[in-house]
Amino acid sequence: MIRLVVNGQARQADVEPEMPLLWVLRDELDVKGPKYGCGIAQCGSCTVLLDGAPVRSCSVPVSAVAGKKITTIEGLAQNGVMHPVQKAWIDHEVPQCGYCQGGQMLAAVSLLQNKPKPTDADIDAVMTNICRCGTYARIRTAIHAAAAAAPAKRV
Amino acid sequence: MNKSSIVSSVATSGAEKFGASRSAMGVSGGIGQSVTREEDARFLTGRGRYVADINLAGQVWAVVVRSPHAHAAIRSIDTSAASAMPGVLGVFTADDLGDDLGTTAVAFKRVRPDGSPIFWRAYPGLARGEVHHVGDPVAFVVAERLDQARDAAEQVLVDYDARGAVGDLEHAVAPGAPAAWLECPDNISHVHEIGDRAATDAAFASAAHVVRSRYRVSRVHAQYMEPRAAIGSFDPIDSRFTLYCDAQQPHRVRDILAREIFRVPTGRVRVVGVDIGGGFGGKGPQMLEFRLLLWASRRLGRPVKWQCERSESLLFDEHARDNIHEAELALDATGRFLALRSHWIANVGAYVSSDRNIQATFQNTPGMVGVYDFPTAHVRFTCVLTNTPSLAPYRGAGRPEASYVIERLIDDAAAQLGMDRVALRRRNILSPAQLPKVTALGYSYDCGEFERCMDMALEMGDWGGFARRREAARARGLLRGIGLSNPIERAASPGMEYAEIRFDARGRATALMGSKNHGQGHETAFKQVLATHLGLAASDIDYVDGDTDRVAFGVGTFGSRSAVTAGTALVIAAGKVIEKGRLIAAHLLEAASADVSFEAGMFRIAGTDRQVGLKEVAAAAFQPERLPAGLEPGLFENGMFSPEDNTYPYGSHVCEVEIDPQTGTLQIVRYVVADDVGTVINPLLVKGQIHGGIGQGGGQVLMERVVYDPETAQLMTASFMDYAMPRAADFCDIEVAGIETPTDRNLLGVKGAGEAGAVGAVPALMNAIVDALAPLGVTGFEMPATPERVWRAIQSATRQR
Ligand code: FES
Ligand code: FES
Repeated sequence: MIRLVVNGQARQADVEPEMPLLWVLRDELDVKGPKYGCGIAQCGSCTVLLDGAPVRSCSVPVSAVAGKKITTIEGLAQNGVMHPVQKAWIDHEVPQCGYCQGGQMLAAVSLLQNKPKPTDADIDAVMTNICRCGTYARIRTAIHAAAAAAPAKRV
Repeated sequence: MNKSSIVSSVATSGAEKFGASRSAMGVSGGIGQSVTREEDARFLTGRGRYVADINLAGQVWAVVVRSPHAHAAIRSIDTSAASAMPGVLGVFTADDLGDDLGTTAVAFKRVRPDGSPIFWRAYPGLARGEVHHVGDPVAFVVAERLDQARDAAEQVLVDYDARGAVGDLEHAVAPGAPAAWLECPDNISHVHEIGDRAATDAAFASAAHVVRSRYRVSRVHAQYMEPRAAIGSFDPIDSRFTLYCDAQQPHRVRDILAREIFRVPTGRVRVVGVDIGGGFGGKGPQMLEFRLLLWASRRLGRPVKWQCERSESLLFDEHARDNIHEAELALDATGRFLALRSHWIANVGAYVSSDRNIQATFQNTPGMVGVYDFPTAHVRFTCVLTNTPSLAPYRGAGRPEASYVIERLIDDAAAQLGMDRVALRRRNILSPAQLPKVTALGYSYDCGEFERCMDMALEMGDWGGFARRREAARARGLLRGIGLSNPIERAASPGMEYAEIRFDARGRATALMGSKNHGQGHETAFKQVLATHLGLAASDIDYVDGDTDRVAFGVGTFGSRSAVTAGTALVIAAGKVIEKGRLIAAHLLEAASADVSFEAGMFRIAGTDRQVGLKEVAAAAFQPERLPAGLEPGLFENGMFSPEDNTYPYGSHVCEVEIDPQTGTLQIVRYVVADDVGTVINPLLVKGQIHGGIGQGGGQVLMERVVYDPETAQLMTASFMDYAMPRAADFCDIEVAGIETPTDRNLLGVKGAGEAGAVGAVPALMNAIVDALAPLGVTGFEMPATPERVWRAIQSATRQR
């Protein structure tokens, strides 16, 4: 039995220790926000925050995260209030198909926690998740907008 | 069809003010406004629901066993070990399918060079005795759990007798090449031609200048971020199949499954499409796994789920583009175009299963004459079989290739003849006075201001100031190039679409659409149409698409068609709502219906303050005592629309690149687009579509490529490690502006925007790259412009000098 803290809740899963975190979340804990895109840490659709830092959950064995704080896209809004990144994403109409966007936003949240006022170069350096709908320009704009908004509580 | 005939044909159904729709901009949330999207709140909180997120009670898992050989006979398949594995419910092969499943078919009448009929073969469901590409489905394993199905799949023992294979277009047409199918030794599936051969040849014979070039458009994959997935379920009580899937055309999926595959009445199949993580043309209506899942569910009595992996997706999804063009341009001494002649050699893969698989090779190709005045043109097509998966439409579906050929050819002609590339375009561009016009390849352009659009892009991109920027780049040791393209494409071609507006007894509306959103923001855009036409707020409307049990009819979303076809169907349905509503309102207001007008959600008696809202009228429709005598209760209205002709969105792209000659690395440093997609329902959505198209067209030019070993036909690019995908750092900001010349071919004046970005980006970006490399003497450079390929081209040009 592996114990996890997912979006502030204690959860447990009876799985093999090497099972990738993505599948534990999706198939065992019914947390469907993280998406499968490639399974080899290339696309970022499966991004979650581990103690505030983005990881590609398809390539992290669940045993490596026991006891750590996992935040998925479902856990980003606090008490029904959207995170500034989510608000910026809506205002700038970032999503198209939406599939990659959970991962994109979590990567952006982490960026802003480390660098509250990022430059375009900072953004391009860390925003390596793939968006096939090509929303990159709006992601950049939305990150700047979120940076200009009031800072959020750390996640 | 001209505008007046549309209006009159609708007017007979009693709707009014259609002509006014384009100017009815004042309504809150209506057409023309940049309202933010309805669907985003769900996507941004992790509540989007994609197929893989759905699980049905009692569900089991399927894995497809695929051929590791590109071409082989199957001597035997031993499923006994796999069948005995834990949790396994069935291991099925073609023998188990028997005659249960039909196949799709090719309807286009085409011939081979010797006049014999087109060579085509449909996927049989599971391989029958032979396989024709790596990934060809051989067996289907179903188990309680996914890991059990996977383990069992590895124990299916297939004894293959390998044959010679061809993995590449040029290899397949070389003398002595192995045959992709033994019964088709020359690998030619069929040939085709459009235009006027004799007139074109004559024009070439008398031309002052002839410019010849050869272009290769690489093979790519749509690479939607959500790999395909589906769940098949059979209910034995009412003998009904249900399929949850991520198809862009749910009703077509249903129709094909019912009519061609299972040969049951259409009502026995339900297809449910939920949120789709991208499709771009690639999530077509005949995906093979659908039928296997439904068949297995009927056999096993359990819902069966399948989720494609990324590598599997590269092995078996339909691929796109992959063609070679031998193109020629004839000009007179002053630079006027006399004729265009081209030979389009297309890879059609191993299985030509239906029209869809050869559509991209010719259906959108008349765009090859572009926005230019060609007296004549002729294009020949040779469709070549290889041991690779089928080809199918992907964002543009032949349009980017057509645009690539003409826009590259003009640049090459300008360079060879020492002319200015903008001036050469300007010399030949069609003027508004020349429209409407049927082009030399048969398209009938209705409206547009091509030169104005080009000038707008040139100005936005400061074309005139480029020499300075190139000089500045040179000082930094970089090569800078600028490119222009003037794409035009066929959109929303004739074909039906459906919309329905249903009110409930409390007056709340539901819109049910035959189109299928897969990222375009349909819900938002179509609610805007209803805001303008019925005065309803977005929050007053529930939105449904994708479920064939809920939506009475549908065709689906592809070919930049939904705003035109579904949008117009919705306007027609709205007209009927107003027509019936007016009768009810007149009764409620005790007036003659002729005195009742409708505006912004209100029925009014002119010159008085007496009015009643649509919501109340809709509720009254369900209260017989409030209805005029003889009027049928209820308010459910639908609309069907099929355009009589295509629309022709067009635009102009200008972009600049900088290349570091030391490393071959390339940056797009400036990108502007001026576009005319007709009436713009929502500028934010349209710009998003243009950005996305440029991302995909640009990705193809910069880095993407599906590679098969030419001799073994083994796939070399089966994951994101080998298939490079564009990311944030690969693009600069993209500036999009436009002009609106609404078309008269539909009630909204819209032309379609889904593919425009990709169609323009492929030639514009390549023209910029070629321009950057030209000073070093690089010629014949082909996509993708990876650093390695750019560097090699520079090295070999430098050596030759
Ligand atoms: S699914 Fe994890 S990075 Fe692609
Ligand atoms: S929004 Fe579709 S992949 Fe990013």
